[in-house]
Amino acid sequence: MVKKTECLAMLLAGGQGSRLGILTKNIAKPAVPYGGKYRIIDFPLSNCINSGIETVGVLTQYQPLELNDYIGNGSPWDLDRSYGGVHILSPYQQIKGTEWYKGTANAIYQNIHFIDRYNPEYVAVLSGDHIYKMDYNKMLEYHKAKDAACTIAMLEVPWEEASRFGLMFVNDDGSISEFEEKPKNPKSNKASMGVYIFTWSKLRQYLIDDENNPESGNDFGHDVIPAMHENGERMFAYKFEGYWKDVGTIDSLWEANLDLLNPKVDLDLSDNSWKIYSRNPIAPPHFISDKAKVENSMIGEGCVIDGDVDYSILFSNVTVEEGAKVRYSIIMPGTTIKSGATVEYAIVAENAVIEEGAHIGESPEEIDNLDNWGVTVIGEKVTIGKNATVKAKEMIDTDVKEEK
Amino acid sequence: MATPNVLGIIYSNAYDSLVSELTSVRTMGSVPFAGRYRLIDFVLSNMVNGGIAKVGISTKANYQSLMDHLGSGKPWDLSRKRDGMTILPPFNLTGSGGVYKSRLEALSGMLQYIAESGKDYVLLADCNVVCNLDYEKIVDEHIKSGADITIAYKRGVAPKLDDIMSFELDGDKITKVIVGETGDTAVNYSLNIMVLSRVLLERLVHGAMGQGDESFERDVIGKNVNALNIRGYKVEGYARTIDSLQSYYDISMGLLTGEFKDLFAKDLPVYTKVRDDMPAIYGVCAGAKNSLVADGCIIKGTVENSILFRGAYVAEGAVVKNSIIMQDSYISQNAKVNCAILDKQVVIKPGRELSGADSYPIYIGKNITV
Repeated sequence: MVKKTECLAMLLAGGQGSRLGILTKNIAKPAVPYGGKYRIIDFPLSNCINSGIETVGVLTQYQPLELNDYIGNGSPWDLDRSYGGVHILSPYQQIKGTEWYKGTANAIYQNIHFIDRYNPEYVAVLSGDHIYKMDYNKMLEYHKAKDAACTIAMLEVPWEEASRFGLMFVNDDGSISEFEEKPKNPKSNKASMGVYIFTWSKLRQYLIDDENNPESGNDFGHDVIPAMHENGERMFAYKFEGYWKDVGTIDSLWEANLDLLNPKVDLDLSDNSWKIYSRNPIAPPHFISDKAKVENSMIGEGCVIDGDVDYSILFSNVTVEEGAKVRYSIIMPGTTIKSGATVEYAIVAENAVIEEGAHIGESPEEIDNLDNWGVTVIGEKVTIGKNATVKAKEMIDTDVKEEK
Repeated sequence: MATPNVLGIIYSNAYDSLVSELTSVRTMGSVPFAGRYRLIDFVLSNMVNGGIAKVGISTKANYQSLMDHLGSGKPWDLSRKRDGMTILPPFNLTGSGGVYKSRLEALSGMLQYIAESGKDYVLLADCNVVCNLDYEKIVDEHIKSGADITIAYKRGVAPKLDDIMSFELDGDKITKVIVGETGDTAVNYSLNIMVLSRVLLERLVHGAMGQGDESFERDVIGKNVNALNIRGYKVEGYARTIDSLQSYYDISMGLLTGEFKDLFAKDLPVYTKVRDDMPAIYGVCAGAKNSLVADGCIIKGTVENSILFRGAYVAEGAVVKNSIIMQDSYISQNAKVNCAILDKQVVIKPGRELSGADSYPIYIGKNITV
């Protein structure tokens, strides 16, 4: 039997995530750590393998080194294959010159030859920076049953947030009648999740036409989808129910992490039938000493906890010394919080050092004007000196001196 | 620096019978230890960290769980085209009727593998010795000293193994070998980690088998103490030998008194098979003190002085003290467990109380519901 790829996934992972500030100074947004051991891209990659999609192209552009390194040959996701598997697709030089990916559609366009190599019936276009668990195979079955050219995953969002999304109007049969891109006064709350399945023969032609259109911004949401719609292609919405989060901002990244501690939130990472795979740290179990107090938190391997941890996510190899307090915070791998220091309402990036008595972040209750409140961010490898204070909403990416 | 010229040989079944509870469904090498490891992980990691890239693992019985754990050797970077890891199933020697009885017969059964390895040196090790040692230093010392055989030893009360070797030494030179238990006095006892040249190993094993010898310790090492230059390599760091269920328990509990920092040195990582569990979760009223907790655990009750393996669950109101809870075991609401070793997938029903003594821990076998 000749191996055949029915559906191939293209994962858009080139985004900078500029609103994540110093957290994405050196890494692309999909490589941002999440949930005590994962990186955001683990979610779409694990969804692919769990859905039976075994050929995945990852389109990288912004700061790809760490992301490329992380994905490697794909073995953590069982995507190291002789046929198919994961492929990193970066922009490259061509005979007509060098071209960056101009937009999401152009990124796929530049890799048409890669997709053609597998000659799939369908192509899933996914975003590399969303947190959710989804069976793409069910969506594919829906796409086939509807004989659609394009199926878009749709989520009903709270009305007050609807204006942040690309919205859809959906007929009773599931077909899409109209699109609205981030309207001021939304008339629908059915938002696009940035998960598409296309019939490849259709998409291929639209990508070529889009490239030949000098007016186009070469973007899926702005150009390709509306063009398909105008031409009367069969376009359907596929309703998704469950947890889905675009961690576009510092506050939403912080929230999405703490969501894991909320039993009411529908994102169970302990479900063995839908594991989220990742590159695991090589570290022993974590150690909770007899001086420690740990409540309502998630603790990664290799951590050594002597202090108090409450409502926080600690990644691997974090040290919390005696008398230190960590509350409502996300602490990324290898960071040390020394004795007597307090970290609250903060995200501390990898390998930072918070010296004795330093105080990072502020509780919203202590702030008169809530507009001045926000999550505090400490960048990677930054040292915060003894007794130094870092206020709410601040972002620190250089060392802070000791205070007497 | 790499040590490309050394073949590692691991006995996965050595001393199985001494912890028969834990080895009824597995080999000594696959006995779970320290929250997320199997005993063989320490030996394998020591070899890999010491630059040994070709490892043969001798097996005898019950090695399904070991094979499952080792897979292709990838977690230890031993899945290779050149060198790599080989599991050696028991070899039916003519006349021996199948499964080997002694270390000597085991070696004899893998002589062909050893010969074909083409390595200059062989390092032999057992799985019941837990240590984080730079094996490369032992090999370097062996070559530098010009010894025929170098054996790692530790000073202290020897483990209760019936063929344990203890040594009298003149400097580093071993002058006398005593085989057997030595009571409660401090001696120089063998950690059963030895280095010798491949050619010498082949010659010694051939010779001993030809003469109908049975004991490697007595007949190969003991008899040759004057004929060969046998030297000791003193281990000062963390090294513990498991010789009974009680010692397994004591050594595990010892990790909680700070010894885990000696065992898990930052520059010598211990590798194991990954399970892709989520990080451990502590509930709102969780109380954990002085414990080692692995990924995938969910703690809603109280845990003190205990080791929780991957995926263990402690429900609301449950109290776990001085215990070892292996993979995916489940302690239901308001149950109490004290001084116990729970094997994998044990379920303690709500409200049940289970208590051993620290000098006599209770053992609950795999998949049992209490």
